[in-house]
This record gives sequence, C-alpha cells and structure tokens, in this order.
Amino acid sequence: MTGTSFVSRLQQKFGDQITGSNLEAVDPWIEVAPESIAEVCQFLRDDEELAFDLLNCITAVDYFIADPKKAAKAGWEPHIDVVYHMSSVSKKHSLVVKVRLPRWKDGVEGQLPEVPTVSQVWRTADWHEREVFDLSGVCFTGHPDLRRILCPEDWVGYPLRKDYEMPLEYHGIRGR
Amino acid sequence: MPLELEDPRVIEFDVRTDEMLVNMGPQHPSTHGVLRLVLRTDGEVVSEVEPHIGYLHRCAEKIGENLTPRQWVPYTDRMDYLAGMNMNLGWSLCVEKLLDHQLSEKALHLRVIIAEMGRIASHLVGMGAYGLDLGSFSPFLYAFREREKILDLFEEACGARLTYSYITPGGCTADLPSGWLQRCADFLDQFEPIIQEYHALLTTNAIFIKRTAGIGVMSPEMAIQYGCTGPVLRGSGVDYDLRRDGEARYTEMYDGYAFEVISEQNGHYPKDHDYPAVPKDAVLGDCWHRFYVRMLEVVQSVDLVRQAIDRYSTASGDYGVPIKLTTKLPKGEAYLETEAPRGQMGFYLVSDGNAIPWRVRARSSSFCNLSVTADLCRGCLIADIPAVVGSLDVVMGEIDR
Repeated sequence: MTGTSFVSRLQQKFGDQITGSNLEAVDPWIEVAPESIAEVCQFLRDDEELAFDLLNCITAVDYFIADPKKAAKAGWEPHIDVVYHMSSVSKKHSLVVKVRLPRWKDGVEGQLPEVPTVSQVWRTADWHEREVFDLSGVCFTGHPDLRRILCPEDWVGYPLRKDYEMPLEYHGIRGR
Repeated sequence: MPLELEDPRVIEFDVRTDEMLVNMGPQHPSTHGVLRLVLRTDGEVVSEVEPHIGYLHRCAEKIGENLTPRQWVPYTDRMDYLAGMNMNLGWSLCVEKLLDHQLSEKALHLRVIIAEMGRIASHLVGMGAYGLDLGSFSPFLYAFREREKILDLFEEACGARLTYSYITPGGCTADLPSGWLQRCADFLDQFEPIIQEYHALLTTNAIFIKRTAGIGVMSPEMAIQYGCTGPVLRGSGVDYDLRRDGEARYTEMYDGYAFEVISEQNGHYPKDHDYPAVPKDAVLGDCWHRFYVRMLEVVQSVDLVRQAIDRYSTASGDYGVPIKLTTKLPKGEAYLETEAPRGQMGFYLVSDGNAIPWRVRARSSSFCNLSVTADLCRGCLIADIPAVVGSLDVVMGEIDR
C-alpha cells in the first residue's frame, strides 16, 4: 500500500479529522486533528489492510523562534508537532502521523498542550509519551502514569523546548 | 515485666512481613549500567517491578540541535557504546536519506563489513555479560578475548577502540589500511570454531539451561505490543529483520547477500544443523531463546562479513567521501531505522534548511526492550530478575541518551 491509498482510506473513514497530508515529502506524512488521534491510531492498528502493529517512535518538535524578526520570516506560527512513526511487521509498510498543537494550552504560558494518549493502542507509547512529556512538555490525557522519565521528578521546565533555559542551580550543583 | 498485648496478632499486622520493597541498583553489576529496579516482593516472589532510568541522560538530542550532522556522529557512538559502528551507520544513513546522497558500491560493502563486525563484537559482550549475570565468570573472559581482536581491527581502521566515529554521513572517514581484509579474514577463520566453545560453556550448560529455559516467556503479540525489536523480537519467533524488511536505503546494502533471518520457524532455526539443539525445557520466547538468537546471529554475521570481503575487493568506486561540515541540509525531515545489534535503532532529523538540524531524535531499541520488564518479571523469583533483564541485553547509554 502506498501513501495515497492510506490517505484516501483514512479520509473515507474519518472525513475532516484528517487535516492535511504531504505525500511528496521524504517520508510522506498525514496530519490528524488532536482530539481524534486515539481513534485514528486504533483504526490504523486494527484495520486488516493497514495493520500498523508496531509503534516505532513518538517525537515532539517545537517550532518557536525567540527573535521576532526571524520568526516573521519562518513561515509558520509557533506550535508543537507530535510525530508518530509506525510500521507494520506483517505488511512491512510504514507511516508518519502528525498532530499539531499550540505551544501552550489556551495561550497561557505554563499550561501544557493536551493530546489524547495512544498508550491503550500500543504499550510502546507508555514510555515514549512519558519521555515527550518530560522533555517537550506535552500532556497526554488519559495516560496511566504520566510523570518524568529521564529527568529527576523535581526538574523544572521542558529541555527540548526552544525557549528552555538551563537552570542556574539544581540542589547545590552549578548549572552554568 | 514482659509486654502483654490483648491480641497477639496486632504485632503481625504492624510489622507487615508479607511485602517488602527491594531496591536493585543503580550500581548493581547485573543491571548492565546504571539501571535501578524497585521490586515489590512477597518472600522470594516479585509482584511488581518498576524500572527507574535516566541516570545516564546526557542531553544528546538537545546537543544535536546545536551541531552539524557530522559533528553529532561522536554523540551517537556514546549512545550504544558497545556497538558504536552500528550507531554511526544509523545516523549516517538518516542524514544521507535527507540529502538524497548515493554511495558507491564499494562504500556499501565496506559498511557491511564494519557493521557486521560491530554486531559480532556487541553480541560477544552481550553473551559474556549474560553469563556473568547468571554467576558464570569464565565465558566473559572467553568472549572478551575474541572481542579484543575485533577492537584491534577497528583500531587499525579508524584509530579508536570504542567510540569510532568511522562511518559518517557521506561514507567513511578513511579507507581500510592495506592488508586489513586479509587480517579480518584470518580472524574469522580463527574465530568460527571458537563459537563451539561458547556453546559448550553456556548454551548447552545444564545450569545455564535451568536458569534460562522457561523463564521470562514473551509471546510474539506482547513483544510487538511493547515495540520490542531485534533479537528480543526474533527470540519470540517473529520473522522480522530490517536488513531484509527495512527501507530500500538500508536494505540495498545487503542486496545480493545470502542470509536468513534468525528466528524459529516451525520448530527450527536456520543454520542450526551443526549447533546445539533446543533443550526440551525451553519455551519459545524465553530467556534461552533470546540468547540463542544472538549466538546464531554471530554465525550469520561471520558469513556476511566473508561475503562482503569478497565483494568489497572487486567492487568499483571509492570508500565514500564524507560530506562537508557546512553542507546545508534541505528543508524537510527524514526518519530511518536500522537493525542495530540490540534492535531497531531509529534516527529522526528535522531540518529548516540550515547546516544545523532543527531537531534530532534517537529512537532507542533498548528503551523499548526495557519497558517490557515490568510485565515480564511479574510473578517471577528475585533470582530470575537478572536472568530476564540480562536476556534483553540493554545498554543504558542508549536508553538515557
């Protein structure tokens, strides 16, 4: 199966919940509305022709430029992409699904953007979502155990955000 | 005057001898680095295992946002430090995928030689350290004796023994020195009969079988559900190997090579004719099978290196010229997974058109392989925990990045 047939199949099923796609990219991707990501993933895994049984990776990419002059030239509004790479062991094909989120929920700094968890679809997502929460600051609603995984539990901030600043001091250890 | 209680049972409730929290690590030798496990035990039986990771977190992904792809190669070495060559390869292929850079035939065969030698070295440590986990010290020495010879060969090729940075986007940093291929072939001839020693020391050892057969059984569905890959997935009998089933950019390296995916199909392993039979206690998906898959992969890799040496000496083209440090990356993103010794190692690169990537991401195979421990260890004995965790063969540098 190719990218075009994935898109048409998903559009048939989910209609306008499939908000965009780029099939000319190096890795063709499909964009899904955040609220329906869990249902789309469930369908992608359970459908017999698609059968995406292996979730490879979940990544968050922060799009933000602090300098307003440079930001104006960037061609995008500040946002966070959550990227799901999945593949099928039986069918041997792969797919990239993206979700576009605001950097902060309702524009309030400190309020994490929310997206439903897919950890009930693939158990792999459990740790991967914890990592994304830890490093990029995305809240996965419905996750069974959403806490930091790589950083200490009392760490402040989300290191992979583009506006992250290294703390000056952590428990008496000098940071910079 | 002795203390008198109205109800003697009160003291029993108070002391709570039934459950205990036991902390394993982060400096426990059998945890393969700084892994900490918190066990909830009921006597000898473990009812809950909670892995705590992050002790070796070195912000590799954040650093990658400030370096050009070639400068980030040394950081990939330090992720899975037991298979640095394979990590370099994964990252290099990912960058080349975004650049749409094609390599000469010779460079591809060179990479097969190096990657498969790296796999042998890594599996040797995996095997030796697994023996160590189970209280058998000598296999470790036998394994390191042979691994040392591979490291000597690598040192000759690139100057480093552990963190190679040899394979780099665009090719390799140097061609092989003269006479290297012959020395490599000599090593393989000398090494192949020694594999029988390892089988005698571990695979067919009665104590080893008792410790591993039927322990930590993982069904294929469970392995896929948790995203387990590599020998852990194939140990459960799933016929999946990226060298055959991966992306064209990766599988073209292995085009025309004769090799079979090591996984049990209908009760048989490929190439198992002159190797020990599966003991009757072993169940598909248990620790013994995961170990055995690694042992057979070593044989497989020896065979692949031999084929690659033949092809490399007659192939045309150069060994690959590394890309310039300042090469601008095209706008876009690329994700590529390769079959590293511990499983599928993926790299994700997002570029905004500069020489420095916007975002890099390493999808670690050990990270997913380790996440299964909580489920796998539920209900087993404390003494089996090192056996189960060791059979997953995790490297903490790769998990914490």
